[in-house]
Amino acid sequence: MMAKTNDFWPTLRLEVNTSLRARWFAVHSLVFGGIVALLFVFGLTESRVLGFIGLSRLLVTYIQLAMAILPIFVLITTVRSVAGDREAGVFEYLLALPVSLAAWFWGKFLGRYLMVFAPVFLAMLGASLWALVRDIPVPWGMFGYYTALLAAMTWCFLGIAMLISTCARSTDVAQGAAFLVWLVLLLFLDLILLGVMIQEHAPAEVAVAIALFNPLQSFRTAALMLFDPQLIVLGPAAYVIFDLFGALGYQIFALAWPTLIGTICAAWGYRMFRKGDLL
Amino acid sequence: MIELRHVTKQFKKNVVLDDLNLSVAAGERIALIGSNGAGKTTLIRCLLGEYVHTGELSILGLNPRRNRADLLRRIGFVPQLPPPLRMSVGDLLRFAGELSGIEAARFDTVAAQLGLDVAKVRHLPFVKLSGGMKQKILIAVALGRDCELLILDEPAANLDPEARHAFFDLLAERLGSATMLISSHRLDEVAPLVNRVLELDTGRIVLDDRVADDVALAGRVLCRLVLRRTEPAIAKTLAEWGLVGDGLAWQGAIAGPDRLRFLGMLARYVGVLTHIEMEEQA
Repeated sequence: MMAKTNDFWPTLRLEVNTSLRARWFAVHSLVFGGIVALLFVFGLTESRVLGFIGLSRLLVTYIQLAMAILPIFVLITTVRSVAGDREAGVFEYLLALPVSLAAWFWGKFLGRYLMVFAPVFLAMLGASLWALVRDIPVPWGMFGYYTALLAAMTWCFLGIAMLISTCARSTDVAQGAAFLVWLVLLLFLDLILLGVMIQEHAPAEVAVAIALFNPLQSFRTAALMLFDPQLIVLGPAAYVIFDLFGALGYQIFALAWPTLIGTICAAWGYRMFRKGDLL
Repeated sequence: MIELRHVTKQFKKNVVLDDLNLSVAAGERIALIGSNGAGKTTLIRCLLGEYVHTGELSILGLNPRRNRADLLRRIGFVPQLPPPLRMSVGDLLRFAGELSGIEAARFDTVAAQLGLDVAKVRHLPFVKLSGGMKQKILIAVALGRDCELLILDEPAANLDPEARHAFFDLLAERLGSATMLISSHRLDEVAPLVNRVLELDTGRIVLDDRVADDVALAGRVLCRLVLRRTEPAIAKTLAEWGLVGDGLAWQGAIAGPDRLRFLGMLARYVGVLTHIEMEEQA
């Protein structure tokens, strides 16, 4: 699947350099850097919620905000720029240069992954370094797990976005499909359709299975687990999760499942890209 | 060089290329002409391996889909409309050089021959350049490589007369080593550059003709004109073509392959022309 290095690295570097000049990257960096800055400015590290104070409190809030923003941001910006480039003739020209399709697709995918994930991670890292400077204890375990969760979530939604970009022939269709995917995943979060299903006496196992398949939900539950180890806020569903996985098992599942979804979607997108018209 | 056997391309029910059969020998210079929707762009995209199709297509004995990178290393392409690339000019040249296995400095040299100093625009986004600058960069990327097939889609459309002449000189240097496929809506734009004309209409070849190959690509034509009276509009146009004059009598050299285009321009001012003289130079 992987291309020769002399195709792959130039494509990856080009994607990184192009992203650095793109407006979406500036907005993306501003949003995530801004969130961390605002959380410090508003003195979040001084407040206490559920026994959390200091940087833990900030990270808990940051991860909740990232979960709300990151998936839709990755989906929309990726499909817009990929489908837009194809419509505008960028692909027609660049794919007439001697680059293999594997190098092109995976170079773009990984280059973009780096550029999407870097601001999210650097904002969190910046917060931790600032905390060290101000003698606020840094919960490195939580920091490491949240980093892995964000990396998995970025990978997952970038894979979905690349698949949508390959299937959709126009920017409008790609954006519509991306929004629809996000909306469906959002509707199946615990507080919306799943709540209705349980009220209507649907088997709890069905509701929990749907929730586990939903990468947004698995991400959210794993993030909750770090400050609510018994998952009290989830109610009876927590028993199913702990019986099935155990606490550590679920944390591993929450990293592996979104990563697997992203990989399958990206591989599927690559297969379609390779088999069909490139433009 | 190029072999097409029963090549058909359709989008849903719309047949864009209809059972095309074509052989192109090495060294031929082909004008690919036809109106909008004739299938020129689709044929080019099939040749570049960007579209899948039915039938057999090979270039230099290779399949554009299965042997993509190896084949495209030997093909230079200039699109009709410069793409809106957000990358810097330097990034584009470096990318093209790395993929082609050559020093990006070779592109700088060709661009300089076309009148563009790459050093001045290297850090600018490609999309911010003027139309002529973009075209010069794209031509430099195509001609800066040792390509055996050049696919050029109205390549000189955005170039000024001086750059067009330099472009024709560069093509002349490739006469012995490269096959050329030059696409255009109008035959008069490309006729002096080619020795074979293919006309497409609704996906079929409706004309396949050899043409006289008497125009030297690198040649020049010395032109002398006398006008009945001074006209600011014609004076401006003649100056853009590189002619100098006192308002009534004008003189200057134009690129040999541009003579038809030059006469087309003069036709707009035929009422004020009293004398035209054109002399081919070696």
